[in-house]
Amino acid sequence: MSDAAIETDGLVREFKKGPRAVDGIDLRVEPGEVYGFLGPNGAGKSTTVHMLTTLLPPTAGRAWVAGHDIVEDGPAVRATIGAALQDAALDPFLTGREHMKLQTALHGMRGADAKERSDTLLERVGLVQAADRRVGGYSGGMKRRLDLALALVHRPRILFLDEPTTGLDPQSRSALWEEVQRLAGDRGVTVFLTTQYLEEADVLADRVGIIDRGHIVAEGTPEALKAEIGRPSVEAIPQDPGQLAHTKQVLARFGESVTGSPKGASVRLSGGDAQLAEVVRALDAEHIEIQELQLHAPTLDDVFLAKTGRSLEGEGEPAVAA
Amino acid sequence: MNQVLLLARRSVTRTLRQPAMVVPSLIFPLLLLSINSSGLDSATRLPGFPADSYFQFALAIPFVQGALFSANSAGTNIASDIESGFLNRLSLTPLRRVSLMLGQLTGILALGLIQALTFVVVGLVFGDGIEAGPGGVVVLVLLSLTISLAFGAIGAFVALRAGNGEAVQGAFPLFFAVLFLSSMYLPRNLIDIGWFHTVATWNPVSYMLEGIRSLLLAGWDGEALALGFGCAGAVAAVAVTAASAALRTRMVRT
Repeated sequence: MSDAAIETDGLVREFKKGPRAVDGIDLRVEPGEVYGFLGPNGAGKSTTVHMLTTLLPPTAGRAWVAGHDIVEDGPAVRATIGAALQDAALDPFLTGREHMKLQTALHGMRGADAKERSDTLLERVGLVQAADRRVGGYSGGMKRRLDLALALVHRPRILFLDEPTTGLDPQSRSALWEEVQRLAGDRGVTVFLTTQYLEEADVLADRVGIIDRGHIVAEGTPEALKAEIGRPSVEAIPQDPGQLAHTKQVLARFGESVTGSPKGASVRLSGGDAQLAEVVRALDAEHIEIQELQLHAPTLDDVFLAKTGRSLEGEGEPAVAA
Repeated sequence: MNQVLLLARRSVTRTLRQPAMVVPSLIFPLLLLSINSSGLDSATRLPGFPADSYFQFALAIPFVQGALFSANSAGTNIASDIESGFLNRLSLTPLRRVSLMLGQLTGILALGLIQALTFVVVGLVFGDGIEAGPGGVVVLVLLSLTISLAFGAIGAFVALRAGNGEAVQGAFPLFFAVLFLSSMYLPRNLIDIGWFHTVATWNPVSYMLEGIRSLLLAGWDGEALALGFGCAGAVAAVAVTAASAALRTRMVRT
């Protein structure tokens, strides 16, 4: 029996007539950790979550959640975990309170105990006022918060959140982040969070696993991953848009081009941030007037780019579960 | 048992909160009954026709048509649960598959009861009463519920197999075709067209209608009731078994 909160060993899921959505994943999440599973649409994030939550049997490999084998001991896994899967799975014709009532009852809670748990969770996610309204009239953020409350009904030790903030406005996203941080910090819940948002992984995760085409291509703390990339990038936006090509030529002397604003030129500085002064002198020498010059520290997108040759940013909103 | 009741209550609640799903299942059968009974009343003059009023003859039809709407609403609700991921949410709880299936079926029966009682009241108010008397009403409702269960389970099966509401909506006209190819408008002995008579004779819906009709028109007819309950029960048994198997495939969890 594994002592990790979540552990996988060569986990594979292959679909009929399709590629291997998950292709031999090895990972280990410690109790109380927030693990960010970062990757673009279709990378295999949701498929991994479906396997770890026992909703999808793996084709090969093994995994343990709270020490229980996900194939051989599904009921024990389900008793330990809570999950808010992609697209809040709610009934638009029931109220928030009716959802809580159904969920508490299905988890074996009765009477005053069930009511108290429902009220506590509705209050925690800020839905007391809306509890007796039908969910069909809720905003995206409210649905996500109710989804989270439902996942917490039976006090799970491990929480799976599959793209919990996709499609939410910044305010709702921030509120959900606070709740996740509170759960992990105050209550010691292990959180396995999939996301395609770099900032989300950066803010919330103690460690990040970057997944691409079914493989984990990098893993570590966000700081360690960014430090691995090391070099910062510089972005220069010329005053005169007609000088953009010339600006790109000048910057190309200092490193390889990276994705940036379409109005400017961006390169990763081969010699680190010490080259910034040289960049300014070179642009001045070429009589290029600069509207904006920015030095960017490495981001998780840089990590993704370095590992896969593609950028995560601009991948867009997910259309279907990966 | 508590899980079954909870899910049945949810099934009924969500259906009752969708007037577009409830109202047609009550209004359309009654509307068709009204049109048919005024337009086809001359059929009562055919030698051997079993009733003096076409309304009384056609009163059996809404009970089966209502059941067809049950198939539609049961299937649509289940498909919606699959598409929204609600079924996954239920899968992550200690809910047993059999409870989920029984909950859905109980929900179908509850709505079927509302329909059956509505049609009985309409029959008592506008028709010539129910020939089999008060006991016949009870048997009539029971037969109607069995038919609702049979068609509701077919709707559940289609939804669980296909996983989307479009498939359920697509199957709905087929159910009506099966109804039209039965002894819906005429007793089988008065259907002259050979192929139609053969199809209606092999069509179990004919026997469901004739079972109901026997209570309305003839009183207690053991053979008609046995065939009605037998056909409805057999279809229900096959459909529930198929729906349970489809649920096992759909609700895959380790």
